[in-house]
Amino acid sequence: MEPIRTIESRTVVIPRENIDTDQIIPGRFLKVTDKQGLGKALFSDWRYDADGKPRPEFVLNRPEAQGCTVLVAGDNFGCGSSREHAPWALVDAGIRAVVSTRVADIFRNNALKNGLVPVVLDPASHAKLLAAPGAKVRIDISSQTVTLPDGTTASFPLDGFAKYCLLNGVDELGFLLSQEEAIAAFESKV
Amino acid sequence: MTAATEARRARTLFEKVWDAHVVRAETPETPAVLYVDLHLMHEVTSPQAFSMLRERGLQVRRRDRTLATTDHSTPTLPRLPDGRWPFFDAQNAAQVAQIERNARDFGVELHGLGDPQQGVVHVFGPEMGATQPGMTVVCGDSHTATHGAFGALAFGIGTSEVGHVLATQCLLQRKPRSLAIRVDGALQPGVTAKDLILAIIAQIGVGGGTGHVMEFTGPAVRALTMEGRMTLCNMAIEGGARAGMIAPDDTTFQWLAGKPRVPKGAAFDAAVARWRALPTDAGATYDREVTVDVSRLEPMVTFGTNPAQGIPVTGRIPEPGAEKDPAARATLESALRYMALTPGEPILGQRVDVVFVGSCTNGRLEDLREAAKVMRGRKVKTRTLVVAGSHAVKQAAEAEGLDRIFREAGAEWREPGCSMCLAMNGDMLEPGQYCVSTSNRNFEGRQGPGGRTLLASPATAAAAAVSGAVADPRRLVEG
Ligand code: SF4
Repeated sequence: MEPIRTIESRTVVIPRENIDTDQIIPGRFLKVTDKQGLGKALFSDWRYDADGKPRPEFVLNRPEAQGCTVLVAGDNFGCGSSREHAPWALVDAGIRAVVSTRVADIFRNNALKNGLVPVVLDPASHAKLLAAPGAKVRIDISSQTVTLPDGTTASFPLDGFAKYCLLNGVDELGFLLSQEEAIAAFESKV
Repeated sequence: MTAATEARRARTLFEKVWDAHVVRAETPETPAVLYVDLHLMHEVTSPQAFSMLRERGLQVRRRDRTLATTDHSTPTLPRLPDGRWPFFDAQNAAQVAQIERNARDFGVELHGLGDPQQGVVHVFGPEMGATQPGMTVVCGDSHTATHGAFGALAFGIGTSEVGHVLATQCLLQRKPRSLAIRVDGALQPGVTAKDLILAIIAQIGVGGGTGHVMEFTGPAVRALTMEGRMTLCNMAIEGGARAGMIAPDDTTFQWLAGKPRVPKGAAFDAAVARWRALPTDAGATYDREVTVDVSRLEPMVTFGTNPAQGIPVTGRIPEPGAEKDPAARATLESALRYMALTPGEPILGQRVDVVFVGSCTNGRLEDLREAAKVMRGRKVKTRTLVVAGSHAVKQAAEAEGLDRIFREAGAEWREPGCSMCLAMNGDMLEPGQYCVSTSNRNFEGRQGPGGRTLLASPATAAAAAVSGAVADPRRLVEG
């Protein structure tokens, strides 16, 4: 994983609540046995019509969305299934951070393992971003802050270990493997 | 805290199971290292984890704690005369072949297609007796919450974490908060665990349990069978919870006795004695508590595109205008637009095109019996798929003649698997179709692009099948 310190981008806003993992990537795209190329399937049923043609009105298909790496969504993003295909698809499509007022537990865990930053804001700060699609934001991992369109900053929670992993580009498995002695000791007790 | 004070402190069921699995305690800098007793696997969320093991030259640390099946991509039509499986497409076949190869290469016990134990992972695990009280159970699948019905701490993980567990038998976890859902009263005839969990989620919302482990308590929960308890815990995730748990009791122990992986004889008695210490101590506290009274609960059905959008089957489609919060109003409006349902109208009588009875929520023997009670001697008016959750369920159902009741009613009696719960294997809705489904998710397109799902109990689904419309099962079985 590449280290991440800051993310600067204009925002793409999908102002819906409870965006579930079946919307992020529908089940029929889970038949793969690798991770590559899932960005094509991101929000597939919203992005394409029944013939597979892009729907011009869907925000991710608009020209101004190209190159944006910050997705702002309504409350409770990522609810539903444990499919890591959801963050894989988002990352493959270029998204680096998802901003909401609540992020589902399994999605958050999965996102962090793929360098996708879940940013949970207070409702007032979140409302400012919802109201200003395309606004320029800067997300700073070290200080756990987002600069909002009106120039103010809002802070967001981030687990200390997750933060360390993001800033240093390390994955959790290395840490777990280093616990071998403790794991073996635990196993010998049970 | 010393061991002595730890032992004296009143703890919840969740805390007891958590504490017993901490390999290394959490600190502000690092999460807890949590030991996993049982790792269940299926073909969809495991291939990339095995690839990671290969890339890093790692092995499966505890094969004896790892158990796999195939369910999502598998066909629900029988094997062809030439011995091949009628896979919907080449990708489904390749995914199943991949887990077969991974299981062989890494020495993992797999009960795949053709195996008499094969079934939906959350039906098959308990049937094997692999899920036991006090265990930590994980699977790359959000409905792992099901196994909490046995007093296990069971939760879904992503594929990276599947890799972590394969390699180290551990996970890095922050301790979730606890939420007690106390269920008072007694369920009326014709009202089931499915109706209860739909009502709970309607009350707390789809994100209401986020960050929490739910424990279901109270007399209505104690009165449930294991099948009902599994239905309840299965859908804890639909309320956003990491896990659902129910304290083990005699119902649990009787269900487990004699299952293949459960200890026998004196070892069983010793295990039961240990399991009896698991229930929440008097005086232990939860971070949050919610109380529900079910005395007046009716069969529930969802009208929208998330599991919290449920109403009594005798109720009316809600009016977005009555919703004061603009975000909630927009959510409701968009759901009704997708479902093409009219605010203010009764849900009873709504047209139904397809009925699906099955899944890890309601694909067990008791569920099939409930559906058969309604379908017996009647004809279905919709396409109706009845899919047992596992081969063991299928065999038991056939031994009682339930398959005949379904076939004579005109329903399709299929081979076990996830089937139309998530429509990965070709069993799917056509755009615009309405399906009353006993599964757990009514998300847009879940059962096929453009498909419209109404979640309900097996009895309500069967009532819809024989009526061709949403119907109240109580009118069909009583009198
Ligand atoms: S039956 Fe449905 S919810 Fe259960 S494991 Fe299969 S796809 Fe998931």
